[in-house]
Amino acid sequence: MKELMIGNAAVARGLYEAGVEVISSYPGTPSTEITEFSATYDEIYCEWAPNEKVAMEAAFGASLRGVRSACAMKHVGLNVAADPLFTLSYTGVTGGLVVCVADDPGMHSSQNEQDSRHYAIGAKVPMLEPADSAECKAFAKLAFEISEQFDTPCLLRMCTRIAHAQSVVELEERIVPEHKPYEKNPAKFIMAPANAIKRHPFVEERTKKLTEYAETAEVNRLEMGGTEIGIITSGACYQYCKEVFGDTVSILKLGMVNPLPVQKIKDFAGKVQKLYVVEELDGVIESHCRNIGVEVIGKELFTPLGEYSQKSIAAAFGLPAKETITPDTTVPVRPPVMCSGCPHRGLFYTLAKNKITVLGDIGCYTLGSAAPLCALDSTLCMGASISGLHGYNKAGKGETEHKSVCVIGDSTFMHSGMTGLANVAYNGSNSTVIILDNSITGMTGHQQNPTTGYNIKGDPATKINLEDLCHALGINRVRVVDPYNLEETEKAVKEELAADEASVIISRRPCVLLKYVKPKKPVYVDKDKCRKCKRCMKLGCPSIHIDADGKAGIDKTLCVGCGVCEQLCPFDAIQAGE
Amino acid sequence: METKGIVIAGVGGQGSLLASKLLGRVLVNEGYDIKVSEVHGMSQRGGSVITYVRYGDKVYSPVVQSGEADYIISFERIEAARYAHLLKIGGIIITNTQRIDPMPVIIGAAEYPENILDELTAKGVQIEALDALTLAEEAGSSKAVNIVLMGQLAKHFHIDYEKWISAIEQTVKPKFIELNKKAFELGYNFGG
Repeated sequence: MKELMIGNAAVARGLYEAGVEVISSYPGTPSTEITEFSATYDEIYCEWAPNEKVAMEAAFGASLRGVRSACAMKHVGLNVAADPLFTLSYTGVTGGLVVCVADDPGMHSSQNEQDSRHYAIGAKVPMLEPADSAECKAFAKLAFEISEQFDTPCLLRMCTRIAHAQSVVELEERIVPEHKPYEKNPAKFIMAPANAIKRHPFVEERTKKLTEYAETAEVNRLEMGGTEIGIITSGACYQYCKEVFGDTVSILKLGMVNPLPVQKIKDFAGKVQKLYVVEELDGVIESHCRNIGVEVIGKELFTPLGEYSQKSIAAAFGLPAKETITPDTTVPVRPPVMCSGCPHRGLFYTLAKNKITVLGDIGCYTLGSAAPLCALDSTLCMGASISGLHGYNKAGKGETEHKSVCVIGDSTFMHSGMTGLANVAYNGSNSTVIILDNSITGMTGHQQNPTTGYNIKGDPATKINLEDLCHALGINRVRVVDPYNLEETEKAVKEELAADEASVIISRRPCVLLKYVKPKKPVYVDKDKCRKCKRCMKLGCPSIHIDADGKAGIDKTLCVGCGVCEQLCPFDAIQAGE
Repeated sequence: METKGIVIAGVGGQGSLLASKLLGRVLVNEGYDIKVSEVHGMSQRGGSVITYVRYGDKVYSPVVQSGEADYIISFERIEAARYAHLLKIGGIIITNTQRIDPMPVIIGAAEYPENILDELTAKGVQIEALDALTLAEEAGSSKAVNIVLMGQLAKHFHIDYEKWISAIEQTVKPKFIELNKKAFELGYNFGG
């Protein structure tokens, strides 16, 4: 049966068909759907773990027990899971272990565009890279085979244009391999130095065997065409090259991007006149070619910046651009903004109004940095808000702690905020930490986390109490505010900033997009009272605009009646809807 | 057959993903090879959202680039202009006339270019503009703008009306099928 599915859904299908039994992950665009689709199969135990390190370790535990397991994450998530990955390379696996990682060239939704292939190289583990949804499924299955055959975790790498593109996939049956019985094996699994030192030669030997495998594996495919130009490429770039050249060039399509074959590349080089490497981000394949003595043209022609397309590749080869018509007038940008009624808005308005320095974090609330609020000072990575504020206040020597805060979401706090807060308590900075608790992992499309009270299936789950947790981490001053109530919020912020010890403010109100949150009637503007002061515009709410008469107006199709603008108007011109 | 490209452009939350699913289903049912590119995650936050649909005998790239789109379907007036460079010479823009101000316009940092579509028409771009919001509301919901526009697009294809209806039934949740059929009909019959 043929179906159109996005790459991530096809990966999930491949894991399913290969008999995976345990999947533990953390959400992250563009990888999230791998686990969401996997959770629709009853035969697979799926979970959202608090972070990617925990997820990979859970997958390791399942593999240790003898079943096929997997974890999925975005590229920066692999940074978090790198610790177990590098030593899993030494221990190897019992049940096959597949690590799905989705890169984001062009940063559609990420804080950097790092190249995950470096992890495969650094950890000395194999990595497959599919070029469409059918390969996503096939390579997911192959990854398990490679994992078990060569005793290694196996990485499966996508990028946005593969993960989020739909193409045709043929469905097959699920086959669960026989479980390997558990056997105690300290030499393999206890990586104390005395044991680990004996596993390293195995890792090096395995790389040689994998390279031999790469020479003849079907996943590395030669497509001979015109021989003036030869291109070595993989993944989405293969598709762009085919789009530009068809079979007027010869292509070595690599499905296994680590380790890279040696003889196969040398043979290919001998068959073509000029050899190019087309790869997004870093010159990984290019460097390998140079190392083995094969001359190629790579990064001098193809930028390390951003994502490619048939257009950029055609341009790099000097082919003429297609004709287009564009307007002369500039089209204003349309950046993403916090939704109408977003609970973060009232909190950020309060911080911006009081000119507070705000160390931010990763989530929907990163949008607090957008105009007109411009409420953030920094965003680095998951958890950096709290740990960063601690360092900032320590450096500030008393001058910063009464006018600086950090903001972090509920999911982000469980991911990497707890250790930062422990540091605040233990190493004593007078830091004011604001946890933005909207009861969901929002930006990635609404996933559950340990504070929401539900698991990935939507069933009730243990709900970790944030107040208790903050107290347990050593913070005495912990209070909860409703960010829809500007007065209460401002009072709390001012009091906690003035305090001489660390505090946590939990700004708690559910995300307005959640199904159980019922919108109220839209507010309206009493035109007789509106004095055109534009204070309401400072909220940056997409429902509020200035009408043709210069007075405020409300978009009734967007407004959910949160009432924040109502509280703001000094002339009582904004009224609750009836 | 040369691979054809359709761009669906809108504002996050307008339902462009469903439109691309419907288009994908119709084309798969016709036996074409097809790739559809979406970008998940940020889409709901009111940002500019773009979906590419490419179909033909064998499709390689999942993205539509400058000068490659046979059609641009736009759910909002200036989004049509934003992506006009993707249109082939001789291609057609089908656009909703609805205006949704982006944040820079709302806060007064930028002006909404009211007449930008006229500018494109003057340069020779073929534009079919319709008030899809009113038609959607007539069908029963402002959220059906996407399917109204698909109705308008369908007039350009040599695919039977019934096959589109079939595809709607395969794509849309059962409780919304009637609404979407009505929306599609209104778009299809627009302009008489």
